Amino acid sequence: MLGFVARRLLYLVPVLVAVSLLTFLIASLLPGDLAYVILGDQATPEKVAALRHDMGLDQPIWWRYLSWLGHVLQGDFGRSFRTGQTVLQAVTERLPVSLELMVLAELGALAIGIPLAIACAVRSGSAFDRFMTGSAFGMLSVPAFLSAILLIYLFAVELRWLPATGYVPFGEDAIGNLRSFLLPALTLALGEWPVLMRVLRSDMIATLQEDYIAMARAKGLKPSRILLVHALKPSSLTLVTVTGINIGRLIGGTVIVESIFALPGIGRLLLGAIFTRDLIILQGMVLFVACGYVLMNFVVDMLYAVLDPRIRHGHA
Amino acid sequence: MATLELSIDQDVAVSPIRRTRRLGPLFWAAIAWMSLVFAAAALASLLPFSPTDMDMLERRAPPSALHWLGNDGLGRDELARLIYGARISLTVGLCAPIIGITIGGALGMLAGYFRGRFETLVVGSMDVLLAFPPLILALAVTAYLGQSILNLTCILGVLGIPAFMRVARAATLTLARREFVIAAQALGATHARILLRELLPNVFLPLFAFFLLGVAVTIVVEGALSFLGLGVPPPISSWGSMIGEGRESLEIAPRLAFIPAVTMFLTVLSFNLVGDTLRALTDPRQGAL
Repeated sequence: MLGFVARRLLYLVPVLVAVSLLTFLIASLLPGDLAYVILGDQATPEKVAALRHDMGLDQPIWWRYLSWLGHVLQGDFGRSFRTGQTVLQAVTERLPVSLELMVLAELGALAIGIPLAIACAVRSGSAFDRFMTGSAFGMLSVPAFLSAILLIYLFAVELRWLPATGYVPFGEDAIGNLRSFLLPALTLALGEWPVLMRVLRSDMIATLQEDYIAMARAKGLKPSRILLVHALKPSSLTLVTVTGINIGRLIGGTVIVESIFALPGIGRLLLGAIFTRDLIILQGMVLFVACGYVLMNFVVDMLYAVLDPRIRHGHA
Repeated sequence: MATLELSIDQDVAVSPIRRTRRLGPLFWAAIAWMSLVFAAAALASLLPFSPTDMDMLERRAPPSALHWLGNDGLGRDELARLIYGARISLTVGLCAPIIGITIGGALGMLAGYFRGRFETLVVGSMDVLLAFPPLILALAVTAYLGQSILNLTCILGVLGIPAFMRVARAATLTLARREFVIAAQALGATHARILLRELLPNVFLPLFAFFLLGVAVTIVVEGALSFLGLGVPPPISSWGSMIGEGRESLEIAPRLAFIPAVTMFLTVLSFNLVGDTLRALTDPRQGAL
């Protein structure tokens, strides 16, 4: 196991270097000179040249990349020229909100998806199964911003049960905090559960045809025990992978949902940086999010290996 | 023991999903809806209404004989905006996956056929592209390049390359070991001939099924970007921006958000349905969803 972890960690290094390079190149090669953005359209060429010199923009590109990378490795992702806040400060301030949203959304998706998948697998081919598979397929075609609008209309405009926007910090009011997260998390969960349900259902149907399940039935074990103890774990391999793959989609969804429900998370910060053309925050955040995403995928890979020993021994 | 095995085999033999070759009414309904949207988008310029003409007296007016779907918050004809929006959604939705299928498909086939260092390089660089959450990368690049339909199409096209590469490579890997390819090699066919005449026709169908799913995803991402105000620049109408504008008046005129929302949902669903049906037909694995 240790060797496997080491090998995977070693593979991370070139990926992370390439990610940083690509982030840097997007920011440096694409049009939009930082000095002009900071000084505005009215700036004189002399002023622009002076600022470019101060910021090191007149250095060769490889030198700029290396010095930028050096700063990043020391934890210095840059500083906003509008608010003066460092990228790290801004991100750590907002990360808890986004993480809470993503965890709640994923829990919600699992809470909807797993029971439905088991229920469908047990009676595969029945009317219930066909209805649920059909609905899951339909739900896959509903983008997050559509379900968000539908939920706002239903629960905030018509029924007036929940707030449409607004955020209450957990420390101030735990219930209010969960209430403000309910609709956003549900929005994301509605997009996630069909994927989870589809893979778990088809894996579960395959597992239920295995000999050892027949054996467990013959021993007279309770059906609930067979399903939850004997069949669920071996069927959940693809589920774990898909959960990992979906983190990327979830991050994208977080941006949209945070913007709709006015939650002060990473996504709002990113959009704000784009609208105010705060390019340093933007560059730092893209790198930060991409690295976080790569690391999360690494953790999912590890989980996968814990569930299925064949993978860490390379027999898969 | 023998009888037991026999009975299990029979059990399994009965249960597999019946693979009907008939496509079903849903499939044809999806095709019909797609044709309708295509026709509307193609004939948009024949409309008697412009999607940008404002009539301030008719703001959020309900549907009438003159304006079939009513007017939006700026008094513009909702139906005209919907139809012109279909143009944008379809242009971006079709062109971006075409970029993806061309570059990704070619890279995937070459990687799957030649293997070796080239394959490692291609797969590795795609891994880097996949290391970015797609929407984040799209947002960041749009922020630098500026908002235009061309930029949007290119970005979304590039983002689709890794997925098409994987599908093409996986299909090529299995096909390249088949007898007809070995036979062609034994006959002295060139690499180009094998790739184009032997492999391409076989790789194309799964790739095309995936293309339709790609169209659905692209329409959604374009909608999301326009919804956030970072897609096509105003006053061009797009379904995403219409939904975004409709959100402002959800309490007084929910129709303005729901009409483009339903249109978009039906279109995405149609592409998903047709793509998934084709994929299931071309996927040799049994019980594929």
